[in-house]
Amino acid sequence: MFRGMLYGSYRKPRELIWVFGMIIFLCLMAEAFFGYLLPWGQMSYWGAQVIVNLFSAIPLIGPDLSLWLRGDYVVGDATLNRFFAFHVIAVPIVLLGLVSAHIIALHEVGSNNPDGIEIKKKKDANGIPLDGIPFHPYYSVKDIAGVVVFLFVFSIIVFFMPEFGGYFLEYNNFFPADPLVTPPHIAPVWYFTPYYSILRAVTYPLFGVDAKFWGVVAMGGAVMIFFLLPWLDRSPVKSIRYRGPLYKGFLAAFVISFFILGYLGMLGPTPLRTLVAQICSVIYFAFFLLMPIYSSLDKCQPEPDRVTSK
Amino acid sequence: MKKFLCAILFAPLLALASGTELRLDRAPDRANDMAALQNGAKVFVNYCLNCHSASYMRYNRLTDIGLSDAQIKDNLLFTAEKVGEPMKIAMQRADAKVWFGAAPPDLTVIARARASEFGSGADWLYTYLRTFYRDESRPTGWNNVVFENVGMPHVFWELQGDQALGADHKLKLTKPGKLKPQEFDAAVGDLVAYLKYMGEPMAEFRKHLGVIVLIFLAVFFVFAYALKREYWKDIH
Repeated sequence: MFRGMLYGSYRKPRELIWVFGMIIFLCLMAEAFFGYLLPWGQMSYWGAQVIVNLFSAIPLIGPDLSLWLRGDYVVGDATLNRFFAFHVIAVPIVLLGLVSAHIIALHEVGSNNPDGIEIKKKKDANGIPLDGIPFHPYYSVKDIAGVVVFLFVFSIIVFFMPEFGGYFLEYNNFFPADPLVTPPHIAPVWYFTPYYSILRAVTYPLFGVDAKFWGVVAMGGAVMIFFLLPWLDRSPVKSIRYRGPLYKGFLAAFVISFFILGYLGMLGPTPLRTLVAQICSVIYFAFFLLMPIYSSLDKCQPEPDRVTSK
Repeated sequence: MKKFLCAILFAPLLALASGTELRLDRAPDRANDMAALQNGAKVFVNYCLNCHSASYMRYNRLTDIGLSDAQIKDNLLFTAEKVGEPMKIAMQRADAKVWFGAAPPDLTVIARARASEFGSGADWLYTYLRTFYRDESRPTGWNNVVFENVGMPHVFWELQGDQALGADHKLKLTKPGKLKPQEFDAAVGDLVAYLKYMGEPMAEFRKHLGVIVLIFLAVFFVFAYALKREYWKDIH
């Protein structure tokens, strides 16, 4: 996703690909969340408890909604069974469909490139883009090498450090789920911690509704706002290669605040940490909400006509 | 300059990370010492497997550490009839909760559950089992340095003897036990090695297999990369 952001792959005419990709991202989050309950350890149990309780923060329908999701008054057998069904069948099938849609949408417009220019503007006599190469065999062969590199790292983790210092398999999750013992510190697994930080950063009630609800809104918004990226970006160029300093600065601030939020999400809250998380959350949203302004003001370099060979 | 930048970037993060420190002794590594693991299994079955179960572990899995079915049956099989049964105990959890305040946990994966940023689960267990001291304010008469107000009494008191917690927060042996301190540490080391083994019996095998897999992938990468180079040499 970050590469897509760097090279402007979400921009017109590839909005639909981006939207499908975002839905896949949401489904993967759901898949991860449903699967995380299945080991039925302490962290699984209380993580699910916390996330399902988020829905109870919605005014009026909240408590009944979370009861309906859980199928019980606490996370229990009914929850475990339905999460299992979601994890192994429902969400994977939805994902299969979405991946197909993603690829079909990509076939309509073709891939982007690091220069962020349209290769279909320059075609040869047979109507084939001058700067294009077919996916097979070029990328199928290249990806085999890439997959091996991935498997190498993957195998090192699987065979030599499966717990990864408590980040991949949390130590507390080796205790079986116990509804009567709440762990002192409940944190999501590392890939959800930035959003968890944003959730906790919202501490002010607004319009007479609880701060908890606005935290949920902020967390949901932090994920959903990626959907709007194709329309927020008003820059004349797509790729980071030809963007001006304004965009690069905002992007750097966004990346740094994202990592700080992720780090803070793993720790328990203190007043200082909450303040830092609030500042980072503001930067996070400013990157998106101010984008129509700063991306159009930015001083960009001219794009080349043809793909540069790099 | 780079160091300075790093310091500026990470200083606020360090300031944010803080918590109570827990000092643990390092458990000896005896993962490949079959005699130690067998002794650990003996200590475990004799001292732990009365109140604590290990219900995800079968007795005949102990053939991993060089024991035969007959040896297991003759020496270790106290709580079951057949060697194929899991290590369960007769005590009911509900009763245990009334008697001890908290039911003794199942110990199958305890060495993995007790790991923390202060050390491995084995380190925690090794320290915990050696730091019981006399405390008359507790119902059992025992307290622990690592696990404050623990419900478990000092099971090895006969072996280790009595310890007292001094005003300087250091433990002192007040009454020697059957074993000398070094012998006791060695016995606990064996027990902890066994608990660690039980938490993941396949741990040694996966490390051996991992080396083979990585060698295969490394060789495969050479060919995959050569193929990619061959196809891509016409591009540009």
